[in-house]
Amino acid sequence: MFYREAGDFKTSYTDDSQTFPIKFDRYRYYVVLAVAFGIIPFIINDYWANALLLPFLIYAIAAIGLNILVGYCGQVSLGTGGFMAVGAYACYKLMTSFPDVSMFIHVILAGGITAIVGVLFGLPSLRIKGFYLAVATLAAQFFLVWLFNRVPWFYNYSASGQINAPERDVFGIIITGPNAPAWATYMFCLIFLAFSALIARNLTRGTTGRTWMAIRDMDIAAEIIGVNPLKAKMSAFAVSSFFIGIAGALFFAVYLGAVEVGEVFGIQKSFLVLFMIIIGGLGSIFGSFAGAAFLVLLPVVLKVVGVDVLGWPTDIVAHLQLVIVGALIIMFLILEPHGLAQLWRVAKEKLRLWPFPH
Amino acid sequence: MKLKLATAALSALMAAGPALADLVIPDLSYRTGPYAAGGIPFSDGYNDYFTLLNERDGGIGGVPIRMVECETGYNTEKGVECYESTKGEGALVYQPLSTGITYQLIPKVTADDIPLHTMGYGRTSAKNGDVFSHTFNYPANYWDGASGAVNYLLEENGGDLSGKKIALVYHNSAYGKEPIRTLEELSKKHGFELVALPVDHPGQEQKSQWLQIRRDRPDYVLMWGWGVMNQVAVQEAANIRFPMENFIGIWWSGSENDVLPAGEAANGYKALTFHNVGTDFPVFDDLQTHVVDAGKAAGAGDQVGTVLYNRGLYAAVLAAEAIKKAQEISGNAEITPAEMRTGMEALEMTEAKMAELGLPNFGPTFSVSCENHGGDALVGVTQWDAANKTWTLISDFKQTDGEVIGALIDEDSAAYAAENNIEGRC
Repeated sequence: MFYREAGDFKTSYTDDSQTFPIKFDRYRYYVVLAVAFGIIPFIINDYWANALLLPFLIYAIAAIGLNILVGYCGQVSLGTGGFMAVGAYACYKLMTSFPDVSMFIHVILAGGITAIVGVLFGLPSLRIKGFYLAVATLAAQFFLVWLFNRVPWFYNYSASGQINAPERDVFGIIITGPNAPAWATYMFCLIFLAFSALIARNLTRGTTGRTWMAIRDMDIAAEIIGVNPLKAKMSAFAVSSFFIGIAGALFFAVYLGAVEVGEVFGIQKSFLVLFMIIIGGLGSIFGSFAGAAFLVLLPVVLKVVGVDVLGWPTDIVAHLQLVIVGALIIMFLILEPHGLAQLWRVAKEKLRLWPFPH
Repeated sequence: MKLKLATAALSALMAAGPALADLVIPDLSYRTGPYAAGGIPFSDGYNDYFTLLNERDGGIGGVPIRMVECETGYNTEKGVECYESTKGEGALVYQPLSTGITYQLIPKVTADDIPLHTMGYGRTSAKNGDVFSHTFNYPANYWDGASGAVNYLLEENGGDLSGKKIALVYHNSAYGKEPIRTLEELSKKHGFELVALPVDHPGQEQKSQWLQIRRDRPDYVLMWGWGVMNQVAVQEAANIRFPMENFIGIWWSGSENDVLPAGEAANGYKALTFHNVGTDFPVFDDLQTHVVDAGKAAGAGDQVGTVLYNRGLYAAVLAAEAIKKAQEISGNAEITPAEMRTGMEALEMTEAKMAELGLPNFGPTFSVSCENHGGDALVGVTQWDAANKTWTLISDFKQTDGEVIGALIDEDSAAYAAENNIEGRC
């Protein structure tokens, strides 16, 4: 009925190539933005911010980052946890060395440092592919965690090896530390997520993104048609690590406040973000959001339903949670191997034809 | 959709949430995951004692206690979620049983004005109440543990450890790294050589560390382990035939779970402690009648009397005594978290009080003050008897090296205060 291109005339190329070509889609996008920026900050409380929204926003940034590398450029990476740790420790060192500088700058610089580290660990991708590359990035994961555990300079020689985020602000509004208001931390992460998604979306549909996808689909063919694999792969590693570094910095500074590298940025984190993009949909920005929402919100919802509504013992609920999440992952992969993003695409296709599918 | 579901579920929860007058004690437990073997008995003991108070005395000061259990799985992210979801219910005191979650919560509880009790774990320098206003780690902390172990070895060796070699096998995390600084200072003071051997989470892989111990032949091995790491270490020590009586674990490495898998070979293994072991106390009779026989025991109810069950019970005893103190000071029975904090700060445990509670000589005597949130630092030693499958207290609660520890605590807490712009309040 209302979800279709008919009657929505484009008069310029810019109009024609916009992200949301269908009017209904475009308005829905504006409404989501308006709610996220204009309404949620006024009604948010500590629980919603710390238990649901912050992890969702931050994991979404990490998922976008990993999706660029795995989904768009086809380079399998298991080093996400390690790269997030680089972002977190870079942010910590910057925060403690330059206390007067705005958090925005610290987080962006942390992303930049992670991008450099990411390129370094991406170098093997020029020679090895597939599973072998996954093993090389796995080495990065273990090496980085070991490094941050081993070298006391990274944690400012504290007795326990933990890093703690001191109180820092942006334009006088406290962003990190326990006294930061929920809306401020939420807005801070939301701004980063919005810009990350915007940049990622525009990169992936421009020249850069096309060279990545060419490499992903068949690297030899891409090389023959003039794609420089060195440039394409290194830029994918750099951009991907940049976003993952930002996610790591936010994860430490804004969300957790204190981090122990082995526990927070271990191999499980790499797998978690990888699952997010596989469930959400490889090679899709929307998929990164959907996957992050799925894996962050589902356990909390199951916990609330099981423990608080049904009153079951906590250990049974925790075990059931594993079973249900696992079963849902398998179900999704069987029914829709291309992830939630593909489900969404199919739904849109159906909506377009509705109510006359023939 | 998921957001809607969550909203629906949450609003239902908020509508159903009781506004009854009771004392809310959250229990951030872990009954799942790699550390569940330690989390279950502690949580059972913690729950059962409060159940006992509800059943036998009708609560504390006439107000019933409501336990809110939340599963953390020893995971810091879930710990944050648990904290945020329970703090709104008027939680009086948090006991997360995880050093990682403790580090997370120290700034948060201070901002929210809720006390945090990290009994024998967490950040050691929180003993300095001048800086850490809302964190309590009485009756003993890791540095007391390190010093207690060294003092015990001094006693064994006639007061001289010079030329001896002591190895520390530790969980490579904030928790395991805690004692290193103290042991380094003590090694300078007493002239023994310290070898630190980290074991990575979760600790199943320790072959190389024990190979090194076999090669270096240290006189004694100390261990800071938790969960599966303990069992593996005891087994590996048995495999290289390291004399068990020279192997001493911290209190988190000294429960039945840790020694039973190694069987006979674990006989003689020692562990530090800050509370007594076994069920030979009058309070266990009450527990049996009012809680276990009544079918109200937490979990499977099969943990009564194990080391970690007793520790959970002891944590609950200290919390209940602090509530009594807070009621006494504030004059109202339904105390707030802020009043609970005042109560904890004024807590005094005497032998007479412990006997009155049915726990004579169960724990050390100590008192808490504004400057001292860590108690009087008394540490004992227990030993495992594999034939009878029991732990026995072989060295009573004794004073640790306050001189060395005090200086380190001052240094570390001053660094924290400077980093976070905290001014002394005592």
